[in-house]
Amino acid sequence: MTTGIADAWTTPNPVAPSRREWRTAALLRTASIVLFFGVWYAATILNAYVFKVFNPILLPAPHTVLLAGVQLVRSGELQRDILASMSRVIQGFLLAAVVGVAVGTAVGRSRRLEQLVEPTIELLRPIPPLAFLPMMVLWFGIGEMSKIAFIAYAAFFPIFTTTVEGIKYVDPLLIRAASSLGASERDIFRYVVLPAALPNIITGLRIGFGLSFFVIVAAEFIAADSGLGFLIDDARTFFLVSNMLLGAAVIGAIGFTFNALLRRLEARLLRWRKDARG
Amino acid sequence: MPAVEAPVAARPKIRIDGVSKSYDGKLALSRVDLQLMESSFTCLLGPSGCGKSTLLNMIAGFVPPTAGRVLVDDDAVVEAGADRGVVFQEYALFPWRTALANVEFGPLMRRKAAEERRTIARHYLELVGLQAHEDKYPSELSGGMKQRVAIARALANGPSVLLMDEPFGALDAQTREVLQEELLRIWQHERKTVVFVTHSISEAIFLADRIVVMATQPGSIKELIDVRLAHPRDRSEPEFVALERHIKQLVREEVQKLGVM
Repeated sequence: MTTGIADAWTTPNPVAPSRREWRTAALLRTASIVLFFGVWYAATILNAYVFKVFNPILLPAPHTVLLAGVQLVRSGELQRDILASMSRVIQGFLLAAVVGVAVGTAVGRSRRLEQLVEPTIELLRPIPPLAFLPMMVLWFGIGEMSKIAFIAYAAFFPIFTTTVEGIKYVDPLLIRAASSLGASERDIFRYVVLPAALPNIITGLRIGFGLSFFVIVAAEFIAADSGLGFLIDDARTFFLVSNMLLGAAVIGAIGFTFNALLRRLEARLLRWRKDARG
Repeated sequence: MPAVEAPVAARPKIRIDGVSKSYDGKLALSRVDLQLMESSFTCLLGPSGCGKSTLLNMIAGFVPPTAGRVLVDDDAVVEAGADRGVVFQEYALFPWRTALANVEFGPLMRRKAAEERRTIARHYLELVGLQAHEDKYPSELSGGMKQRVAIARALANGPSVLLMDEPFGALDAQTREVLQEELLRIWQHERKTVVFVTHSISEAIFLADRIVVMATQPGSIKELIDVRLAHPRDRSEPEFVALERHIKQLVREEVQKLGVM
C-alpha cells in the first residue's frame, strides 16, 4: 500500500508541465511581436542615420505610423473609413451568408438540384472574384451597391460549398436513430441534419467573412471615395507612406479581432465537440 | 416448474413471414419464418454474414424485405417507428445533445411539454444509473455510459419492442457483463419484447429465453433453442456450459462454410 502512495507522490503533477508549456508558448508569442517591431524600428533608424540605403520616406518608423493614425483620428477620416468598409463588409457578408446557407442547404438535400447547380458553381468558383470587379462597377455603378454585390459574390462560394458538404454527409446512423425515435422528415432536418451540419456551416461563414475583408480593399481601390482601401489608395496618390501602412495595420487589427470573436462564438456553439472545448 | 404462463404472453408480437432479402441480386437472407412472443427476449446469433443484422433492420423498418413481410402487432412494417426502439452498436447518440437531451429526444418528437420531457428523461437516466451525468455530452462519456444513455433514450419513448444490434460489441468484457445484467434487470422491470443481435454465444445464453442460431450462405434459421435456465444465470453451471458447447458446434459449421476467415 505504501508503495502505491509513494507512486502517487512521485508521479509528476500533470498540471505543472502544461502550465510551463503554456508560459513558454506565451513568451514566444510575445517575442514574435516584439521582434517584428524591433526589426522594423532598427531598419528605419539604421537606414536613416547609418547606412542610408534608400530614401527614409519609403519606410516610416512605427511611431510615425502611429502619429499618422492619431492625426487621421483627429480629423475623423479614420473613423469614417473604418465605418464605411465595415458597413460594406457586413452587408455583403450577410447577403452571402443568407443566400449561401439557403442555397447550400437546398442543394445538399436534393441530388437533382445538385446536378443542376453544381457544374455552374464549379465553373465560376476558380475565377478570382476580382476579375468580375470592373464588370460589377459597370453594372451596379460606383456607389455602395457594386461593393456589396462584389463582397457577397466572393463570400458566397466558401459558405455555399461547406454548407452543401455539411448537409450531405450527415451520419446516416443518426438519421436512423432519429427515425426510430419517431422523428418525421421535417424533424430529422431540424433536429439532426441542421445541427450535424452546423460545424461545417460555421467554418464556411468564418472563411467567407475573412474573404469579405480580403476583397473589400481591392474594391475600394478601384471605385470608392471612402473606406480603408480608399484611404490607402488616396495616400498613395499623395505619397503619404505612413498613411498607407496605417491603413494596412488597421485592416489587420480589425480582421484579427473579428476572427477571434467568430472563433469564440464557434467554440460556444460547438461546445459539445471535444476539440472545440480546448 | 409451476405452470403460471399468462395467456397474453402466448400472443406473437412480431411475425416474420417468408422473408428474403437480396442485395444486388445476391441473396443475403432466404425465406425466414419466425414468431416472437410478447415480452420475450430473443437473441439472433451467428457469424458475420448470416443476415442477423439485416433481419433486425427489417423489423426496425430501416430496410424493406425483398420478399415476404414483417408484422409487428399484426401490422406490416413499412418504415421506422417509435413503437420499435433501436439500440445500435455505435451508440448513435446525438453528439450536440447532452445525455439528458438525448434521452428527451423521443418525447420531443411526440411534442411533449418541456417539463414532462425532462421528468421522463430523468426517470430513464436514473434507471440506467446515469442521473449524475445528465449534463455531459457524449464526447465526455465512456463507451459503457454512452450505451446506457442510448438504452435510456430508446426506453424513454415507451416502445413495445426493443431492437438491439450488437449493443455491447464495442465494450470491454467487464463493462459488457455489467450491462448484460442491467439489461436483464430493466427487461424484467419494463417487459419489452427484446430482439438482440450478437455473435457472442455466452452473451446469448446469459440473456435470451430463445436463441435463433443462424446459418450462412444464404442467411437463414439453422436452429431455434429455448433456454429454460432460471435467472440469474451462472456461466459456469453445467447446463450453461453444455448449451454453450452445443451452440459453438453449430456456429462452427457455419463459419466453416464461409471458408478461410
